[in-house]
Amino acid sequence: MLPVAIRAFSATTALGRGVEAQANALAARRGGLRRNDFGPCIAGDVPLPCWIGRVDGIEDAPLPQAFARWECRNNRLAWLALQADGLLEAVAAMASRHGSERVAVVVGTSTSSIGATEDAYAGLQPDDGNDRSRFPDDLDRPIVHTPHSLGDFVQHATGLRGPCITVATACSSSAKVFAQAARLINAGVVDAALVGGVDTLCGSVLFGFNALQLVSPDPCQPFDAARVGLSLGEAGGFAVLERIDDEREAPLRLSGYGESSDAHHMSAPHPQGAGAESAMRDALARAGIDAADVGYLNLHGTATPANDSIEAAAVARMFPAGLHASSTKGWTGHTLGAAGIVESVFALLALQRGVLPGILNSATPDPACGPQIRFDNVHRDGLRYAMNNSFGFGGNNCSLVFGAVCENPAVAA
Amino acid sequence: MSPLGATIEGIGFWTRGLPSWQAACDYAVRGTLPDDAPARPSPQLLAPNERRRAPETVAVALEVALAACRAAGRAPSTLPSVFASMHGDLTITDYMCATLATQADGISPTRFHNSVHNAAAGYWTIGAGAMQPATAISAYDATFAQGLLEAMVQLAAGHEAVLLVGYDGGSAGPLARISPSEGLLGAALVLSSAPGDGWPQLRVSLDDGAADAVGGALAQRDQANAMAQMLPLFDALAIGQRLALLKAGHGRVLTVEIGHV
Repeated sequence: MLPVAIRAFSATTALGRGVEAQANALAARRGGLRRNDFGPCIAGDVPLPCWIGRVDGIEDAPLPQAFARWECRNNRLAWLALQADGLLEAVAAMASRHGSERVAVVVGTSTSSIGATEDAYAGLQPDDGNDRSRFPDDLDRPIVHTPHSLGDFVQHATGLRGPCITVATACSSSAKVFAQAARLINAGVVDAALVGGVDTLCGSVLFGFNALQLVSPDPCQPFDAARVGLSLGEAGGFAVLERIDDEREAPLRLSGYGESSDAHHMSAPHPQGAGAESAMRDALARAGIDAADVGYLNLHGTATPANDSIEAAAVARMFPAGLHASSTKGWTGHTLGAAGIVESVFALLALQRGVLPGILNSATPDPACGPQIRFDNVHRDGLRYAMNNSFGFGGNNCSLVFGAVCENPAVAA
Repeated sequence: MSPLGATIEGIGFWTRGLPSWQAACDYAVRGTLPDDAPARPSPQLLAPNERRRAPETVAVALEVALAACRAAGRAPSTLPSVFASMHGDLTITDYMCATLATQADGISPTRFHNSVHNAAAGYWTIGAGAMQPATAISAYDATFAQGLLEAMVQLAAGHEAVLLVGYDGGSAGPLARISPSEGLLGAALVLSSAPGDGWPQLRVSLDDGAADAVGGALAQRDQANAMAQMLPLFDALAIGQRLALLKAGHGRVLTVEIGHV
């Protein structure tokens, strides 16, 4: 495919706001997980006993009055994330260069602002004149109770008028936004796109994953032989993509994407990792590179027993022993629909700053781990390509390849 | 933008009372309703026990998707797919939120994994054995237009044919007043980049403007469903109109020109 320039990028996670906070915490191996202090309580009036990656300060950061219609935890986090690392300035530059109707908004989320719907149900009011109940007045705002809450808010907050889509394919959502935006740009529908993803902690995911017996009582241990499950987190992040032209250099690029389906099970991965492998091979093919060209691979690595051994085996089949591959979910928790953008930012940081994270909280590699799975950090400058894997419920897989240099002859031509 | 083009190779349609595209066409042209319409879709791709247990939104999406593939003569396993739904399954959202408010640790694991917006996409790929990419999107009242655009840029990116499915179901509980939607409605298109052979041709472009205010027969019949936004296109296809305008969000419209044969 024709690569697409990445003009700006940022993430806000339990590690802090913006790329500096992410890079520093990764390099210092300082994780962001804490004992759960969020969500509905269980018997004994305590929160679900587990660890979470919670973003500090969301409660103290209401949306500006002009955006009051979209007020909710998820859109607050979107707004916090948008204000970091010059994203809004980069968006404004795209709108001024191409026209606001030529810039798309493509954002991903798993549960969007369902936390607001949960709050409404917890605070239902009696309805005069009948025996039904209604939402409390401050939550009587339809847009926050539907999946497009995120996309609609981001569109209004940025003033962009191009296609605006919320992608909701569970935990692959904000990886797939890169693919969809690249298609819109390369088909000539738009010249640039704001992509990203936001998911916030809520009762649905804490107790939903708990019901599936996938939540670890301790901080998650990706790829460890003794891992028992994931730690949930919340995060928001964005990137600004633009068509590459002759006038401006494009030092960072989306070079390829691969998407696939497991066609196996709603909440369990394909036992041989066929879908994961297909997504990775497709991404490499679209980037026009070999597996040996990849310098860093950010794995999906949720720390569930099933995911990690299957993903490690697929990586071992495809990549040479020299690859540095890791899961960063020990730092941030599994940020679900935001995992795609957060871990794409980590892949971009590997290209830009040479920060190659290992794995936090893990000590004993699962027997399925090949030499590619690295527990220790390294610093390595001059990487040309970095990848990110994101896999979701429904067997929905996406793999992305980011490039630091122009190697694609299609661009030179 | 320069317009994007596609051939419609197959159409699937299901709503209560009109359980097929042929029934929809008969209704749009002559106002007739079939006598024996089933109350619920029965998607043949699912195993019988799953067919009964599947959420209605999943059932209707799979029903129309398979019908469109059969009409197109394409194997379901070969097609990438785009699933467009404004709300996903509102009855599951109602269940999740009501359960969390009363007994949080009583959430059903099956209903939780059915609560993802890509549930229909997931069941489709499993039932069809499709390892092709599948996506699930929402864009409020522009959901179908953005889904159509995504399907068409997938063709532009090199896929030979793409399956597009639009669907929404009824709302439930206290959510029903905030996110109203009634009935059960699904429609699907198999779109291809191959030259048409007796099938309608589409050309779409994004413009400033508004969608059709007064819909045709299908749009009026299902106007209370959240996916009624797609019906201007299906009305036009049914009666041979050459133009359909779909809501594309906040003052934007997707202009769909239809070349009939």
